[in-house]
Amino acid sequence: MRLNYRIILLVLAMGLTKSSLAALNVFACEPEWASLAETLGGDRVKVVSATTAYQDPHRIEARPSLIAKVRRADLLVCSGAELEIGWLPMLQRQAGNPKVLRGQPGYFEAADQIERLGIPDSLDRSMGDIHASGNPHVHLDPRRLSTIATALSDRLANLDPTNADYYRKRHDEFSQTWEEALQRWKTRALPLVGARLVVHHQDWEYFFDWLGIIRVGSLEPKPGLPVSSGHIVKLKKRLQQEPPLAIIYTAYQSPRAAKRLSQITGIPAVELPYTVGGAEGVVDLFTLFDETLKRLLEVIP
Amino acid sequence: MFLRLSLASAVSLALTTNAIAVDSFNPEISLILDGRYSAFDNESEYELPGFMLGGEAGRGEEGLHLGHNELAISANVDDLFYGKLTTAIADHEGETEVELEEAFIETQALGNGLSIRAGRFFSAIGYLNQQHGHAWDFVDAPLIYRGLFGEQLIDDGVQIGWVAPTDIYLQVGGELLRGERFPAGGASNDGKGASTLFAKIGGDIGVSHAWQLGLSHWRADVENRTSGGHAHEGEAEEVPTFSGDSRVSGIDFVWKWAPRGNASERNFKLQGEYFIRDEDGDVIMDDGSAAPEATSYDGEQKGWYLQAVYQFMPRWRVGLRYDWLEADNKGSDEEVLAEAGLDDEGHTPERVTLMADYSHSEYSRLRLQYAKDDSYEESDDILTLQFVMSLGPHGAHKF
Ligand SMILES: [Zn+2]
Repeated sequence: MRLNYRIILLVLAMGLTKSSLAALNVFACEPEWASLAETLGGDRVKVVSATTAYQDPHRIEARPSLIAKVRRADLLVCSGAELEIGWLPMLQRQAGNPKVLRGQPGYFEAADQIERLGIPDSLDRSMGDIHASGNPHVHLDPRRLSTIATALSDRLANLDPTNADYYRKRHDEFSQTWEEALQRWKTRALPLVGARLVVHHQDWEYFFDWLGIIRVGSLEPKPGLPVSSGHIVKLKKRLQQEPPLAIIYTAYQSPRAAKRLSQITGIPAVELPYTVGGAEGVVDLFTLFDETLKRLLEVIP
Repeated sequence: MFLRLSLASAVSLALTTNAIAVDSFNPEISLILDGRYSAFDNESEYELPGFMLGGEAGRGEEGLHLGHNELAISANVDDLFYGKLTTAIADHEGETEVELEEAFIETQALGNGLSIRAGRFFSAIGYLNQQHGHAWDFVDAPLIYRGLFGEQLIDDGVQIGWVAPTDIYLQVGGELLRGERFPAGGASNDGKGASTLFAKIGGDIGVSHAWQLGLSHWRADVENRTSGGHAHEGEAEEVPTFSGDSRVSGIDFVWKWAPRGNASERNFKLQGEYFIRDEDGDVIMDDGSAAPEATSYDGEQKGWYLQAVYQFMPRWRVGLRYDWLEADNKGSDEEVLAEAGLDDEGHTPERVTLMADYSHSEYSRLRLQYAKDDSYEESDDILTLQFVMSLGPHGAHKF
């Protein structure tokens, strides 16, 4: 009897140690969410990112390696708002893992946690490849990102209650440094308020919303459509009156169009990291905003 | 104040409408429009010596014509099931026919990598077989698909698949099928006349390369599979009819490349498949009489294709495909075999196809294709101009 009791204790203890060390498998659709999950989950999560900063998150192949990763995931962390509509549903359908289907605790959509911008009044493909539930590039507003971080931390605690305190503690730490950084960035970004920029794709709406920057044109003639030279010429004419501060593009977009427009107008073209890993030194969300502001401030005359 | 109030309600109204607009995509309804113009150089009747053709197999129609127009409806039934129905609408000899191409349900919540599909579906044999025609990189199917499956292998039944919990992608599965549609026939064994086994393995090499390799096997007890009949002058029509055992084994691979894994500017795809079919049984030339001409039949037909497609700049792709087939059929009566189209006539069918396509957006594609077709003795030059457009929600594509 005494022996049995000991064995039970031992088994329980083993069970506890095992589960408190067991890592949650997190499948992040984009590097920004991989970084956030790592920051909030610490050593209790094992994070893989489906994409890199050099890949266009709208256009990813539903590759076998990704199916294998979704198969073993406990949690998917994605932008949502249809950004991944061309590939994620296929991965979910093929992986046979019900934990990470839409509506389950194992499926986390960042865009679902915040107020979205750019919800179209009507859906018509003649307007380009628009996202019905609004603009999905939500991570570039640090205020919204803070809200998303809170929701993600709660989700981690919900999925892995044994480590709930650990996740809460890490979130408090993150939250505090993030708020400090936010104040710092706001002050630094003052010269950018009211600036006018040309974008490649409308993936900067949330960043602009945060700083009060104005988008005066897009290199894409319609969202999601490849750049055409006819459109570049039109854009040049339109921009002549009041030249914008810069033409911005990201690591996953071809620099050709931005450079071409820059050449014929004299407006500087600036490559921005867009997400974690998008430029040297951009290793987390903090350095992402540091580097983005640095590069934009550099072109202010 | 009033103004502000009405503005607020206008905004909230707009928000509600948007919510409805999003929901209106459920169920997803998508429509494929496909139109073509084809020019042939050779006016003689199409054949593939050594292969009994069935289904929709052939080089298609000449001149301006409609291709494979399709209406698909799909949705999650509930948290456990997903359902999809696809109808193909096509003209056959002046009459519009609606064909039920897919009508299946699929489990979503079994877990442990398991999923079950039931209904009518594209068999998991090969690589291209599960892709809809509008997703193909060329206007038509490879010759081996035409020769063995009548373009594509569709059947009614149950499919079970399991994805292994491994780093490398590994899927194994099987199908139990009714076996009534070509190339089976007769729905033998009480309506469980055909079955399939398949395995797929795949992964990435670095960040720029992805690959998949598949093995598959299909077998059927065939009872009275018919293939295109013909009539001699003044005689009743004779329909070649096969009964016996049929087995197809295949290996397929696909390799995709995109610089840094970013396919939007440039990407490359290389794919190839090899199939071999063994058949054992009897062939009769069914003319409605009590004692039609007959022969024993021991057939072996095989073939492969290799194709490469390169997107060299956004919107533009070019492709090259090579097809090769060979048949070696034996029987007690060579003459009857020949009449049934099973004599290879000393010819190994071949085809070289070139294509170029332009996609204004992901939803619209215009394609020009040229094929030097040596399916049979007389060589044919086939030129096709095609449009394929899709209307409806953004579809997710298989690898
Ligand atoms: Zn977008």
